[in-house]
Amino acid sequence: MNNIEKKLLEKIVDLHSTPSGAFSIRKNGVLQDKSSTKEIEIIPKKNKSGIDIKIKSGTQNKSVHIPVIITIGGLNDIVYNDFYIGENCNVVIVAGCGIHNDTCNSSSHNGIHRFYVGVNSHIKYIEKHVAEGKGSGEKILNPVTKVYLKENSTMEIETLQIEGVTSSVRKTQAILNNNSILKIRENVLTDKNQTCKTIFDVKLNGYKSSVDVISHSVAKNKSYQEFKSILYGNNECFGHVECDGIVLDNAQIISTPMVCAKNSNASLVHEAAIGKIAGEELVKLMSLGLNKEEAENIIIEGFLLG
Amino acid sequence: MLEIKNLSYFSNENNPDKEILNDINLTLKKNKTYVITGPNGSGKSTLAKLIMGILQPTNGSIIFNEKDITTYSINERAKLGISYAFQTPVTFKGIKIKDILNIASGTQNDFGQICDILSKVGLCAKDYINRPLDNTLSGGELKRIEIAMTLCRKSILNIFDEPEAGIDLWSFDNLIDIFKSLKSCTNIIVSHQKKILDLSDYIIVLKNGKIEKFGKKDEVIPFLENKNCARLVRSI
Repeated sequence: MNNIEKKLLEKIVDLHSTPSGAFSIRKNGVLQDKSSTKEIEIIPKKNKSGIDIKIKSGTQNKSVHIPVIITIGGLNDIVYNDFYIGENCNVVIVAGCGIHNDTCNSSSHNGIHRFYVGVNSHIKYIEKHVAEGKGSGEKILNPVTKVYLKENSTMEIETLQIEGVTSSVRKTQAILNNNSILKIRENVLTDKNQTCKTIFDVKLNGYKSSVDVISHSVAKNKSYQEFKSILYGNNECFGHVECDGIVLDNAQIISTPMVCAKNSNASLVHEAAIGKIAGEELVKLMSLGLNKEEAENIIIEGFLLG
Repeated sequence: MLEIKNLSYFSNENNPDKEILNDINLTLKKNKTYVITGPNGSGKSTLAKLIMGILQPTNGSIIFNEKDITTYSINERAKLGISYAFQTPVTFKGIKIKDILNIASGTQNDFGQICDILSKVGLCAKDYINRPLDNTLSGGELKRIEIAMTLCRKSILNIFDEPEAGIDLWSFDNLIDIFKSLKSCTNIIVSHQKKILDLSDYIIVLKNGKIEKFGKKDEVIPFLENKNCARLVRSI
């Protein structure tokens, strides 16, 4: 692996060398390396691009890394990854995609991930997207995440898109069964002329199921972000969606939260707050000796990474 | 160390050119504690904000250690050694208490140093160091952290805008001890509280945007008592 590839891996999954547990590394549209363990099996798909990740029931305190890197222009990569998680598991899944494109041709990655989470299992899914490179070619990332939670299962999703992605459409769909919990924390930064659209579609079918979606967006320069969320309360359930956005320069953020209570015991809440950085926050940090630009950077960093 | 010359501030919010402060002249000495007091709307917080640079004066000048800082920005004044504790502490999404204390002190503090800073305001570091400085903290906790930020800057001029606001009785006594310990710096405290007036060296009484009385504590407290300013000099 060359230096660019190593740096991308470090940025997206914080890996400095081959991970010790189960992993799959995909590079420029091809499975580069993989390793299974006795609890977590990684099987390449036969009929299309992608892998099946099978996690045995009872797997506790294990992790699996599945980063994707693209270092060429002109590639349109589509990958289907399916996670089959047994019962009573506690596993961290670390994914992400980094594009380094120095060419004038566009490169894109479309990762379609499906998670089938078993009864009583707890999954933490961390996904980071970054893009870089001096070429004029676009760097496009379109992740699709589909989550199916069985009874008493929990999934925590943390996603971060912070640098250089020219455009992205991020779709997350989830269906929750009885007593299942979904927590999503999404952080997106766009700059220049970049665009990002986020769509959440969550069906709270289960009794006492709950979802909490918190989205923090920062849009700089002439960038554009759209946030859409639809929660369906189909049972006695709780749903909360919060979209907080900071708009700088000539950027735009549009937030459209929608809640549909189809059961009288469904409790659904949405909040959206978009605006510039609060003047009092800048004044406070400047009173501690930071100049305006330093203060803005600290506020944005805390907002996205804190 | 601080000279305020012919300082005026007219607000054009809501009411065109409303006079908030008019022709204020003060000379503050090094390593003394000054309390600014006066009725609501007399211009106390405005004067504090003008000194920090949060507001810009309509007329007049501010000289700090023989340097005219009237046009200096907030951060330039901070770098010269002026600190400001806000009446209503500012909260942030995602900034942790240890981060803000590191920014305030201008260095990366280790756990022991954070512990020293927070213990001065009666907080146990292990319960707070990784907590975000947001609205999950109570008003009293936010106020103590606000004061801790000011203390760890080790500035030569500290401005406290109503430090007792929103603070509980136990914290208030602790706060008095903190002010008593601040001897090697100049302090300006905006306050109505008798206990805070008592620990000052000098008191500035503002009324309708003008100085009604300025002098040593022993002269000004009887003046306030004679005016029967019960609401002004109230003990807690």
